[in-house]
Amino acid sequence: MNDAAAGTECIEENQILRRTAPGSFEENDGLFVALTDEDREYGRRLVEACTESRIPARELSPQEALRLEPGLNPELLWALQVPDATFDAMRLPLRWFATAKRNGAAIRPFTEVMDVISADHCVTGVVVRDHTTGHESRIGADIVVNATGPWSESIATMAGVDVPIQPSPGVLLALRGRLCNMVVNRCHPSGDGDILVPQRALTIVGTSSWLVDHPDDLGVPEDHVAAMYREGAKLVPAVNGAEQRAAWSAARPLIGSRGASSGRELSRTFQCFDHATSEGVEGFVTISGGKATTARAMAEKTADVVCGKLGVDRPCRTRDTVLLPHTAYYVN
Amino acid sequence: MTEQATTDQRSAGQAQPGAGTRTVTFHVSRSKRGEDPHRQSFEVPVEARTTVLDAMISIRRHQDPTLTLRHSCFHASCGTCAMRINGREGLACVTNVEELGGDTVTVDPIANAGAVISDLVSDMSAMFGHYAPMERPLVRPSELGPGSRPAEGVAELERFEDCIECGICVSVCPISATDARYLGPAALAAAWRVVVDPRTADAERAMALADVDHGIWRCHTAFECTEACPSNVDPAGAIMNLRRAATRRRLRGLLGGSRSER
Repeated sequence: MNDAAAGTECIEENQILRRTAPGSFEENDGLFVALTDEDREYGRRLVEACTESRIPARELSPQEALRLEPGLNPELLWALQVPDATFDAMRLPLRWFATAKRNGAAIRPFTEVMDVISADHCVTGVVVRDHTTGHESRIGADIVVNATGPWSESIATMAGVDVPIQPSPGVLLALRGRLCNMVVNRCHPSGDGDILVPQRALTIVGTSSWLVDHPDDLGVPEDHVAAMYREGAKLVPAVNGAEQRAAWSAARPLIGSRGASSGRELSRTFQCFDHATSEGVEGFVTISGGKATTARAMAEKTADVVCGKLGVDRPCRTRDTVLLPHTAYYVN
Repeated sequence: MTEQATTDQRSAGQAQPGAGTRTVTFHVSRSKRGEDPHRQSFEVPVEARTTVLDAMISIRRHQDPTLTLRHSCFHASCGTCAMRINGREGLACVTNVEELGGDTVTVDPIANAGAVISDLVSDMSAMFGHYAPMERPLVRPSELGPGSRPAEGVAELERFEDCIECGICVSVCPISATDARYLGPAALAAAWRVVVDPRTADAERAMALADVDHGIWRCHTAFECTEACPSNVDPAGAIMNLRRAATRRRLRGLLGGSRSER
């Protein structure tokens, strides 16, 4: 709710994605569920925030909420229905990649950036190693875009610039069984185990949040796993006792000062950095922050910055271009 | 296969080895484009939660950055990390090392989906070449019982298709191993989903694609695919259903009825 900008981004992208990737979404909506008086008070402010962000929302009595989601904690006080949806986090990007390939992009998987080539405060390309062959080569570029998520800082360092990225991992659980059909959120400030997302025959419970200097070797702290069960069961009691299919950690690339005490205080919005403006290094742009829902908007913003630098004046097409099926990534 | 060995001191998934770790030797298939495969051995400290995927990532991060593998979701949803682990197909992200038992684990790429590009990565274009034409939707209505209605305010409860396109069913299939033209269990299961729930796809077209010599009639009913599927898709059951539907379709054709009736 402190993130009205992120909320507006999300609802706009929600509409664009449904238009450009038809058939890729479970459009089952989401619920914010109040379990305490504090949650209920937060809910009043959430309704105002939804209005401000132009997110259509419907207030529900406990009985109405339980009719929608019979697995909810029957002690709930109130719920808010919002137009949420879920998507397959592998196959939506594959649709983007397939469509990009069809439009001339060359995608080089299993290829690692070993260095950024620069001279006289100007980036001119990258050195890459193709791990399928072991062959190392140089790729020249008018502009290099650093879109490496929580690893943004590592690549930026190669270019001699800085990005204010704070990797913030969280633990997630995948439980066997589809314990809800809507995305179920606790109606309170972002906290541990306060969202349940149905995915195929699984229910994903997320997430904790801590800060690290490096996004690798995160581990899965047992107390975080316990917190996911404990807090998730407050929303949907069947979480308790559900069989664990997987528990894992992943790092979000949050934008913010490295002096932050927790990932919760950092915005989920995104930012594009032109390092010519900020540090006098030409030819190098970083996009970071954000999340999967806003990935397309992040690309649009980055393309706008790159086009501005190259003197190209063209409208964005990804708002309206209907994507190829994900299988087109593998089959030409 | 020849073997080489290297050692790491870090526990997979952890910055530093801690209490409760032990060392397991992973014999990993290695080959770069065009090379004959060999196995390379890596010693990796593991703990109670370590998965085979954790171990492979640890090797790449701390011992050999040239090791290539596919992975994405870490929870058996994306289907990218299918491998042969101790000779049996599985998703590396949900294969716990301790549950495998023993001090050694062999890891190989899946078979029959396409040529091995590098190490544990197969070119999936062969499998998807059979699969893509079926045009299986990604999302389907949930299995509401007869007479059930979606709850008020929710247009229609939907869920993602169970098949995660991992290629495990193709890897275990004895027919796919010997006949590259065989459509394979993944594509045929996709065809059956379209036949029973066509929506945007063409059921008659999917049926026609499946009802060929190298389609449903090539299956020898080994049922290995259904046994190995990590998402309970039951490709063998789908193939049997397609055979029955195809037989009815042919009979109707002989009797002069419409073939499109199921």
